Amino acid sequence: MFNYNFRWGQALNSLPQMLEGALVTMEIAILSMAVGIVVAIVLTVFRLSGRRLLAAVATTWVEIARNTPALFQIYMVHFGLGSFGIHLSPYLSLLIGITFNNAGYLAENFRGALKAIPDTQARAARSLGMSAGQAFGSVVMPQMLRISFLPMTNQMVWAILMTSLGAVVAMNTDLYGVTSELNARTFRTFEFFAMAAVIFYLITKVITLTARLLAARLFRY
Amino acid sequence: MFDTALTANDLVFLAKGAGMTLIVTGISVLFGTLLGILFGVFRYQVGPWWAAPLTFVLDVFRSIPLLIQLVLANAFVTTVLGIRVSGFTIACGVLSLYTSAYCAEIVRGGIESVPQTLRRAARSLGMTWGQDMRSIVLPLATRVALPSWIGLALGVMKDSALVFIVQVVELLKSTQILITRLQEPLFLLMICGLFYFVISFPVARLGGYLERRWSND
Repeated sequence: MFNYNFRWGQALNSLPQMLEGALVTMEIAILSMAVGIVVAIVLTVFRLSGRRLLAAVATTWVEIARNTPALFQIYMVHFGLGSFGIHLSPYLSLLIGITFNNAGYLAENFRGALKAIPDTQARAARSLGMSAGQAFGSVVMPQMLRISFLPMTNQMVWAILMTSLGAVVAMNTDLYGVTSELNARTFRTFEFFAMAAVIFYLITKVITLTARLLAARLFRY
Repeated sequence: MFDTALTANDLVFLAKGAGMTLIVTGISVLFGTLLGILFGVFRYQVGPWWAAPLTFVLDVFRSIPLLIQLVLANAFVTTVLGIRVSGFTIACGVLSLYTSAYCAEIVRGGIESVPQTLRRAARSLGMTWGQDMRSIVLPLATRVALPSWIGLALGVMKDSALVFIVQVVELLKSTQILITRLQEPLFLLMICGLFYFVISFPVARLGGYLERRWSND
């Protein structure tokens, strides 16, 4: 049954290259998450604004992000925008695609979190003389971000896993891309991808641990 | 944009891809749910210590990109074990396990939501463990678990787009093949996206409706 000779040496020798790829993966995930949170807050404000057009834009964004595959979204950014003469590098396509997805899911999480914050708080803030922007920015939003901290952590893990989808736009510097290039050169598929799997697992564990420590520090009171 | 080289044959080709997406999703959700219920009940029943190995394995399925799981499973079965199986089998196998990892979590949450006192009352009325599970836990846990399960099933449908890596031609892959030939990426991608959206959106709405309806009582 086991006529297969495992050659882990070759895979271990490529570890530095793969770790560099892991850095790119983390970079994309962190950037897409940072921009995604900002965009999601903007989308949430659009939905709250009461203007039909803005609310429609936000709802369309959220529903497309949540109801089509992430792979499709990345594909659309790379090849769909290409039809309009906008040609993006694999790195940018992947980053924009994941950011689009993150923003959609996060905006929906924020909406859920807003339901847990009583209307009376915003009204109290307004009657203390705060403007609508101030009331949202300094009373509602901090609580919203706090309530949705756990979903944000999950989304961060998702962002890490989604970077592997760069395969479809010929991305070759992230962890998945580096691994599949090494694989194309050596044909030691199992060894290389097993190593990549271990690295991915460790990255997600580091993220959930960091988030837990952060939460303990941020939400002491 | 409406001036297209798309023929009826190409549409049939796309429809076949869509069919493949639905078949892979259906099989994976079916087996994944059965396995997930098994794992979830087991984890709840034996307690955290004895379930630790299973918990770890299920966590691994949730922490590694699906794409890598598919490549690894394919390499393991075909080259390491030397067994010839189709990409379709690999895809369904991996997606089923992937689904079961998430489903176990949903099932466990559902069971935990049933108040302990209610179950003790059932047992002290003389119900067996099986009767308690079937007539007390199942109906109550389903109300909590069903909306998340609907979300999971839709997630699996979207994730099934990744099985192209083991040479299964599903909707997105068939779209990609047509794009290469016809060079009309935007139009074809829109058809493809619309298909996913038309299936996912109403079902997601139904899930949201059930969640609202069942939560406030």
